[in-house]
Amino acid sequence: MAQRPSWLFRNHRLFEKNSFILLVGILVVVAIGGIIEIVPLFYLKNTIEKVEGMRPYTPLELAGQKIYVREGCHVCHSQMIRPLRDEVERYGHYSLAAESMYDHPFLWGSKRTGPDLARVGGKYSDEWQKQHLIDPRSLVPESIMPPYAFLGGRSLDLSTLKDEMSALKFEGVPYTDAMIANAADDAAAQAGGDYDYEPIKKAYAALSGRNDTIAFRDFDGEPGPPSELDALIAYLQMLGTLVDFSTYEADDLSNQR
Amino acid sequence: MSASVSREQSLDSSAVGVGLVLLAVLILAVNGAAHAVDWAFRAHAWMFVIAAFAGIAGLWLWHEDSWGRPRFDATEYEDGIIKAGIAATMFWGIAGFTVGLLIALQLTWPNLFYFPDLGWTNFGRLRPLHTSAVIFAFGGNALIATSFYVVQRTCRTRLAGGIWPWFVFWGYQLFIVIAGTGYLMGVTQSKEYAEPEWYADIWLTIVWVAYLAVFMATILRRKEPHIYVANWFYLAFIVTIALLHVVNNISLPASLAGAKSYAASSGVQSALIQWWYGHNAVGFFLTAGFLAMVYYFIPKRVERPVWSYRLSIVHFWSLIFIYIWAGPHHLHYTALPQWAQTLGMTFSIMLWMPSWGGMINGLMTLSGAWDKLRTDPVVRMLVVSVAFYGMATFEGPAMSIREVNALSHYTDWGIGHVHSGALGWVGFVTFGAMYCLTQWLWKREKLYSNAMVEWHFWIATIGIVLYITSMWVSGIMEGLMWRAYNEFGFLEYSFVETVSAKHISYIIRALGGGLYLSGALIMIYNLVRTARGDVPADERKRIPAAPVLQPAE
Amino acid sequence: MTGPSPEIDTHSGIETTGHEWDGIKELNNPLPRWWLFIFWATVAVAIVYWVLMPAWPALPGLQGNTTGVWGQSDRADVAADTAAMQAERATLSAKLASRDATSILQDHELSQLALSLGESAFGDNCATCHGAGGRGAKGYPRLADDVWLWGGSLDEIEQTIRVGIRSGHTETRLSEMPAFGRDEFLTAGQITDLVELVTSVSGRDADAAATARARPIFEEQCSSCHGVDAHGDRSKGVPNLTDADWLYGGDRETIHRTIYGPRYGVMPAWSERLDPAKVRALAIYVHSLGGGE
Ligand code: HEC
Ligand code: HEC
Ligand code: HEC
Ligand code: HEM
Ligand code: HEM
Ligand SMILES: [Ca+2]
Ligand SMILES: [Ca+2]
Ligand SMILES: [Cu+2]
Repeated sequence: MAQRPSWLFRNHRLFEKNSFILLVGILVVVAIGGIIEIVPLFYLKNTIEKVEGMRPYTPLELAGQKIYVREGCHVCHSQMIRPLRDEVERYGHYSLAAESMYDHPFLWGSKRTGPDLARVGGKYSDEWQKQHLIDPRSLVPESIMPPYAFLGGRSLDLSTLKDEMSALKFEGVPYTDAMIANAADDAAAQAGGDYDYEPIKKAYAALSGRNDTIAFRDFDGEPGPPSELDALIAYLQMLGTLVDFSTYEADDLSNQR
Repeated sequence: MSASVSREQSLDSSAVGVGLVLLAVLILAVNGAAHAVDWAFRAHAWMFVIAAFAGIAGLWLWHEDSWGRPRFDATEYEDGIIKAGIAATMFWGIAGFTVGLLIALQLTWPNLFYFPDLGWTNFGRLRPLHTSAVIFAFGGNALIATSFYVVQRTCRTRLAGGIWPWFVFWGYQLFIVIAGTGYLMGVTQSKEYAEPEWYADIWLTIVWVAYLAVFMATILRRKEPHIYVANWFYLAFIVTIALLHVVNNISLPASLAGAKSYAASSGVQSALIQWWYGHNAVGFFLTAGFLAMVYYFIPKRVERPVWSYRLSIVHFWSLIFIYIWAGPHHLHYTALPQWAQTLGMTFSIMLWMPSWGGMINGLMTLSGAWDKLRTDPVVRMLVVSVAFYGMATFEGPAMSIREVNALSHYTDWGIGHVHSGALGWVGFVTFGAMYCLTQWLWKREKLYSNAMVEWHFWIATIGIVLYITSMWVSGIMEGLMWRAYNEFGFLEYSFVETVSAKHISYIIRALGGGLYLSGALIMIYNLVRTARGDVPADERKRIPAAPVLQPAE
Repeated sequence: MTGPSPEIDTHSGIETTGHEWDGIKELNNPLPRWWLFIFWATVAVAIVYWVLMPAWPALPGLQGNTTGVWGQSDRADVAADTAAMQAERATLSAKLASRDATSILQDHELSQLALSLGESAFGDNCATCHGAGGRGAKGYPRLADDVWLWGGSLDEIEQTIRVGIRSGHTETRLSEMPAFGRDEFLTAGQITDLVELVTSVSGRDADAAATARARPIFEEQCSSCHGVDAHGDRSKGVPNLTDADWLYGGDRETIHRTIYGPRYGVMPAWSERLDPAKVRALAIYVHSLGGGE
């Protein structure tokens, strides 16, 4: 063997005879890679693209996302269209980092047992979404998606929304105090309830720089207070609809990464 | 801690420590149950109450019972906990494989195995139950049990920390139960392999720090001048998992009396932190820890020296250094900036040889004892496990190449890769170790039935082959179908056509999983009979005299 | 090399390190040369790759990352790929967009291309509702027959796809049958009678007395849309009630449900999601499924 290795082997006893040096050695060695890869994502400005239209989730959509996570939709569905020709043709514009900036945590997924959902918003009718969730094979006989019939008729718990939005606000999501205070009413208004929805419309438009990104209607066709299906469908119907792609310039230097 | 006689006449300090922790848990949990804002949190709070109460009661009984007797006899090894660990490993293994089989069947025959009105049986909730049961419950118990065994033997000292090792063991089981019942109730953070919610994460942190302390303290009081290579790997596994777990799980609960929390980071940053964690859960949980098993059980079982000390050193440090960088290969072509993808890919390629270092050392240790492959099916299991390790760590770097990953990502190819590592490597090395431990700890000359080990070996191997080949076929097929263009240059297949095309592969996969599960059931039977000291009927006839109990060491 | 008393392993003739743990010793074999060689080779590959591709992030305080000699970028690549694809299809798209539908059908090559594109887009976008090959599902009309709500000519089909039905698109096709029961325009008895009438006009046995009672109500309430002979009205998307083809089903219960309060099924508008050539190709494909006029 060459000179250096033998030095290495001779001195390795330092680690073998002293458990704390071994422990610290391991920690130092495993810390390096993580730091160099993760930390720059927080200070490099080109990490998140500059686009118009992104806004935080409305209370109803946020509740819908919570159900999406609870039922584990992300284990079968990705929300990340890769910049590959076939994916762009099948699913639409590739996903931007900006599009998940309000997802705590991200829901990109790692397995596509079902199709990508990053741009499923507006693709189908609410009625279809409802029927598909309750019994996917009634619409798509070849489907292997689970039936979520048990969701039908469950009313949405609005009492936790304020706390959830406050936690997100603490983590940097730009909710205003008024948005948090009105969370339950706003959710009911968005699900077609008899509430004034102009204020929430204006407030979210101010954050996104884009009008009319919120759909107000009875998503599950069952009048009354918002249901879990209302929330989940509201969430699905907004996926991928926020960013105004006419404002995204892929060639712009600040977007080069 | 030299076992002085006076100590047994007093309070045991480790029991006081554990008792205080449990008391704090009890108080917090009662509070949580009283103020819970959602029913899942309330259910979990009650589970903590019951567990803490049972823990305190058990502690009390044990303390009374051991009064006046030597509690932790420093001249003996602590082996009870390892026996418990074997039982836990096998129990959770069967649970995890069964759920795996169930979800495989759900994907194959959705009309038969989905239950529309039973929310908790839906695939989205059972899948994390499967992954956590096999990785953390089956794999984790195997790691804790073997590490406690190996560190005592190779340091020639009793496990340190008095009652704390038992706290680690039971605390870990509690974590598993909280995590698993949580998935069924829909409590999840969605981060793969880190799904449990904030309070389970905190509990695991406490248990894990205790584990690290017990392990370090045992090494500290070793009677061998040097630390054995298996312990380097165990230590790297324990301390790195602590680091990964804490950083990846930083999140803010919406309410201190509710289950839901939101991760501190979002979007692309949370994605990279998650896969920095997720990949290194593979690297340190499923690789480093199990390599430690290889470094003990193979040389011990074949009674040959480890092949190369120098290789141990070089591949240990290079493995742990390089593994950490490879996480971004889970995010190729995503919205993660491309520079990070490049780093993930290149470090994955450089990881190939450091990974194979462990395989070489494991296999070459057999030189001079290759005949044992024929005569001892347990050795065969260990060796085939190392071969699967070699295969998975060759396939992994290949899948990390961006152009390959463009095809394999999101498909069943990944599932095939996972299970060649999981069933072949993690599963087989664990089985091998459990066979050894049962035989040695219950001081049997040999296992109840070597023929059953043969059966287990072959049934499981065929199961693995069916599993991984069917997933390669379906994964590559669906990857190609997604990007197939017809003669006019338009996408050839719709998504659901790719779903139906996988049906046959799914049947074969389920069959493979069923075989694997059957093998494990045979194993349990064999282990129980071994532990009971039974002798097969045909052998009893040949040797009429009762076998003399003989300690293996 | 290290350790107290190295000994020679009798089997291999290699020196041990002299340590022993629970009976386990270590040989002091050198690193395999091939192993070391491949390792350094992978390091070399990595270094070359870092030079060529975007690789290292800038230090704090600086911005950006090394972009690599090749300056490769997935996003630029896919943009180029898509542009190339569009260029390749440019003539096709232009022809599809400019020519009127009938002349497209006459141009064999063009219609083949359009059919292929239409079929390709149909699978992921339409089959989920209308079934594979347009076989239809409850509430989602069968496209493979010659029964049309809004018309089966190429232009009419294309218009439906473009703007949708009750889709929220500004020009959407829209027609809403009143909810005669829910909104209490008719009594329960009248509705039951109408059910018998609809059953009878679609050529099945029905209660004659009820049918007779319902006739004047139909003329007053329904014929404005469905026509006096109940043959429907395509200009308003009103179905023919005399055929055996039902949107939601022809049994008495379903008919009752429709008259009581119809469902207002939604067909999404595709003009924003799909480009005009695709929409036209889809129309041609749907037209070809069997019922095109
Ligand atoms: C076992 C895997 C699986 C799970 C879990 C699952 N899905 Fe699916 N999903 C599929 C498959 C397969 C398809 C494609 C066939 C179909 O349309 O049903 C699909 C299709 C869809 C579609 C239509 C997408 C499109 O563009 O056509 C939507 C929307 C959807 N799923 C939403 C959900 C939601 C919401 C959940 C959770 C509540 C969920 N899925 C859970 C497998 C799954
Ligand atoms: C969300 C489900 C949905 C999807 C997706 C969908 N449709 Fe429809 N479509 C409908 C419904 C519902 C109707 C009937 C509306 C009504 O009740 O009048 C309809 C009607 C039509 C009609 C009119 C039929 C007639 O008799 O006049 C055509 C043509 C059609 N769809 C074509 C398509 C094509 C092509 C696509 C794909 C690009 C498509 N549809 C996607 C739901 C859907
Ligand atoms: C304002 C126009 C209008 C009037 C008035 C009207 N309908 Fe309709 N009807 C429609 C339309 C439009 C549809 C298709 C519904 C859809 O697309 O969801 C329809 C559908 C139906 C269907 C279901 C056909 C199928 O294929 O499933 C029945 C049955 C029916 N109407 C009966 C009646 C009767 C009976 C009356 C009078 C009491 C009536 N309609 C009055 C517009 C009308
Ligand atoms: C009886 C044996 C087993 C069967 C039938 C089985 C089946 C499955 C199935 C059906 C999935 C879901 C795949 C998908 O989403 O398409 C899965 C995922 C997974 N299984 Fe298993 N499994 C078995 C054993 C194991 C073991 C022993 C381990 C680990 C030690 C393991 C680890 C995993 C992991 C990590 C995943 C997630 C993979 C990913 O997300 O990419 N499995 N398994
Ligand atoms: C050199 C070693 C290895 C490398 C470089 C490697 C690389 C990879 C890659 C590229 C993927 C696919 C990521 C994707 O496209 O989503 C993957 C997935 C996976 N690998 Fe490995 N692999 C290695 C060894 C192993 C071993 C030994 C195991 C042991 C069980 C393992 C377990 C997994 C798991 C569980 C996943 C699935 C992660 C998910 O949920 O998506 N890998 N690995
Ligand atoms: Ca509703
Ligand atoms: Ca967690
Ligand atoms: Cu990985």
